[in-house]
Amino acid sequence: MTWWQRLWRRGQMEEELDKELRFHLEQYASDLIAQGRDPAEARRQARLALGGPEQVKENCRDARGTRWLEDLWQDFRYAIRTLRQKPGFAAVALATMALGIGATTVMFTVTNGVLLKPLPFPDPGRLVRLHGHSETWNGAAFGEQNLANYDFRDLQRDSRSLLMAGRLYNGATMSEPGNPEYVDLWEISSNLFSVLGVELAVGRAFLPEEDRAGGAPVAMLGYSFWQRHFGGNPAVLGTSVVLDGKRSTVVGISPAGFRLDDEADVYTPLGQDAAPYLHNRHAHPVGTVARLRPGMTLLQAQQELTLTGRGLAERYPDSNAGRTFRVEPLRPDVSEVRSTLWLLLGAVSLVLLIACANVASLLLARAVSRERELAMRVALGAGRGRLVRQCLTESAVLALSGGVLGVLLATLGLRPFLVFWPGALPRAEEVRLDWRVLLFALAVSLASGLLFGLAPALRVPVRALERALRSGARTVAGSAQRLHGSFVAAEIALAVVLLVSAGMLGRALLHAAVLDPGVNTHNLLIARMALSPATLPHPARIRAAWQDVLDRAHRVPGVQSIATVDTVPMREGNNQVTWWATPALPPENKRPMALATSVSPDYLKAMGIPLRQGRFFDDRDRLDSTPVIVIDGVFAQHAFGGRDAVGQRLWIPDIAAGPLEVVGVVGHVRHWGLAGDDQAQVRDQFYYPFAQVPDGLLRRWSELTSVAVRTSVPPLSVVEPLRHALRGDTGDQVLYQVRTMEQLARATLARQRFLLLLFGIFAGLALLLASIGIYGVLAYLTGRRVPEIGVRMALGASAANVMWLVLRQSLAMVLLGVGAGIAAALAAARVLQRLVEGMQPTAPSTFAITIAVLVAAALFASFLPARRASRVDPVRALRQE
Amino acid sequence: MPEKSGLPQGTLDLLILKVVALGPVHGYAIAQRLQQVSRDVVQVPQGSLYPALHRLENRALLAADWKETGTGREAKFYRLTRKGRAQLETEAAGWQRLAEAVGLILRMSEGGAE
Repeated sequence: MTWWQRLWRRGQMEEELDKELRFHLEQYASDLIAQGRDPAEARRQARLALGGPEQVKENCRDARGTRWLEDLWQDFRYAIRTLRQKPGFAAVALATMALGIGATTVMFTVTNGVLLKPLPFPDPGRLVRLHGHSETWNGAAFGEQNLANYDFRDLQRDSRSLLMAGRLYNGATMSEPGNPEYVDLWEISSNLFSVLGVELAVGRAFLPEEDRAGGAPVAMLGYSFWQRHFGGNPAVLGTSVVLDGKRSTVVGISPAGFRLDDEADVYTPLGQDAAPYLHNRHAHPVGTVARLRPGMTLLQAQQELTLTGRGLAERYPDSNAGRTFRVEPLRPDVSEVRSTLWLLLGAVSLVLLIACANVASLLLARAVSRERELAMRVALGAGRGRLVRQCLTESAVLALSGGVLGVLLATLGLRPFLVFWPGALPRAEEVRLDWRVLLFALAVSLASGLLFGLAPALRVPVRALERALRSGARTVAGSAQRLHGSFVAAEIALAVVLLVSAGMLGRALLHAAVLDPGVNTHNLLIARMALSPATLPHPARIRAAWQDVLDRAHRVPGVQSIATVDTVPMREGNNQVTWWATPALPPENKRPMALATSVSPDYLKAMGIPLRQGRFFDDRDRLDSTPVIVIDGVFAQHAFGGRDAVGQRLWIPDIAAGPLEVVGVVGHVRHWGLAGDDQAQVRDQFYYPFAQVPDGLLRRWSELTSVAVRTSVPPLSVVEPLRHALRGDTGDQVLYQVRTMEQLARATLARQRFLLLLFGIFAGLALLLASIGIYGVLAYLTGRRVPEIGVRMALGASAANVMWLVLRQSLAMVLLGVGAGIAAALAAARVLQRLVEGMQPTAPSTFAITIAVLVAAALFASFLPARRASRVDPVRALRQE
Repeated sequence: MPEKSGLPQGTLDLLILKVVALGPVHGYAIAQRLQQVSRDVVQVPQGSLYPALHRLENRALLAADWKETGTGREAKFYRLTRKGRAQLETEAAGWQRLAEAVGLILRMSEGGAE
């Protein structure tokens, strides 16, 4: 029989044990009778010889080796029984634990899905990412550098350790079938899907011969785009789509949910693109993922890349001197939410800790009132270890049931939580309850159970049994009171941390709300715009087309002014370039940086940016006139100090080979968002005329350009007329990503607002739990002091004296907690300041308000027990003995 | 579990194994056999016999079946497992060696100790 069989068949085992001993007794007795004893005497002797049957049985049970399990089962049933005896206590404790564990589980589920889970590809540990590195590249500002297309092709061909695939982000106007629309396009090498190890939903991937110049024009569709536009109809295979005027045959559909950081609408072969920036080694646009070939290690791959890189540098010193290639494990890009998630997980753990402290003090109160029962059991022979185990079983049962309820709460709460998430949560599709989450919930429940069960369990009496047994209601358990006090203090301290954090977030938002964004966000519409693909190859036609767009938009009723702009404030995207105030330029990565924006003359009017000095652009600024720029006040101060900036010259190699003349100074715009701009690294801003963008760059610039439209009517009401008016003669010009400036500005604070909301909820929960904790502890302690209070009143204490007695006790615990909490909150504030944009330095007022709220809540919670104490009838209190 | 038999620690187990080795036997018979064979020198308190039997069963040195006795009653008969037999042999040998050594020391002449 295995141990679990023995446990399972406990009833049968008991029966057999009984039968075996009975057989022994009867056999012995009958032997004695056969020897001539009197039957009654014989049975008596037999029993005497065997000893107490219960004791023998107990010893036999011990010998079975499953004793601990049987005890556990017994303790478990005992725990359920005691919990059912006090349903009120059980309900409060369970609800507290369910809330704590539920909230923690929700946060962990999100963290697990977004940060911890590996990529959803086969054998994700062998996937890597490549990037380039050179001494002149400013990695701190721009992040990792991609590869030049030619470098990528060389590495791909020569590598023995890696299977490489390339991807280029792009966009295109899809003019057929249906209405013209701007789509997210990835240009990919033919092996991208096979390298990642994913199967297509329908059709096939690109063939190697399609991935080179002159290959058949083919395209693949992204799964969601296919669902959205073609209703998921597989008959789309073999039909054609028109992308930027080029007709391509659809050969495949990417698998459902396929994404690599984000999702493409349409794919085309990278090798067919004839764009100049893909046919040199100076531009580095190609993102590269790879899979380690069987038996190869990351180190071998890196060594090979170093060698190949050196070879390329020797062969092409002009572009590749000093350029190296690096390989690192492929990980999902979740940097933007990492700190938010950890912050929230930290905050929710504090709530869980408070919940634990709360349940611990509840359990402790019960343990103290059960002291006599426990002492009695010790006196009857129960071992201390056994009683401690029993107490722990009780708290484990409580914690596990709380955990089950918590997981249920988490399943209900997860979706609403994700809906509230500001913007798009990366990898949201990975967020779900899985075995990892359940394991986490189990571990958290057990740890909580141990945490809140330990203190009561260790109160099991050992010594001075007799005193415990004799003690009446009069004893004041000094150590219990101290323990209770420290639980309350801990709860208060944790609540202080959460309240101060919430207060700081609130202050940051209030502060940001009154900041001047630098533009007039009211009645301002921002949209991206794609010209007709037919105009793109011809610079002159591009210029004419944009002028046409401005003219047409002007005629739309409700439009006051319109301008073109490449990088819009408070929206994703920026153009950082280096500058210098003299022609003697230092190396590129030693030069300061500024934000460059190319605009049409009406930009100031459309955006509502104030002109401080000089002039803004007009129609006289053309390709053949002096190159000019307008800088903002911050740049003027930075570059020229107190001197007059107008008429000065600046050297900005990315914009013009020669000097640029500063013709005006305008107000600073919070490009990096309301909260983030103050702490941004690059705050200098300048504008240059779109009309002076050289012909060679015009196509690329044109693809990046948006329109800013100031309206005299609510801006969203002009969207449709505008869209219609801007279709153009060919009918394939597209307005897309339409936003109001108010939306963009609000979105820059979305993270802070979301954090404030959650910290506010957590702080509220903490306050509530801490109040319940204080109330429970004081009610209990005061209840035990009723006889003492009776004596005091009999000796002449007034009701006010007694209330003060109780309130003083609570105040002492609260102040202790506040003191510890302030220290912890200062540390938490530093973490917040580092991780959240726009946080202000900690203000004493935040602390003052927080502490006032807490002390008020604590006093309110203490008031009821205090009043009850003050109404004690001394005569009855003394009789209670 | 305290041994109240007055036997050295572990000896009771050895004796039980030896008795059971002679053939399947129930608890009461083991007690009787021990007492008879040792000519009443070994008094096994019956209270510690059963825990010892259960312990040996738990360690898989003994196995047990319910069978009818000669008088037609059902009793739990213990028998030796293969593991039990091996254990009996090592323990018996060890006991033998110890007994001889102790005997040698006890038979030592007074002066021989120097």
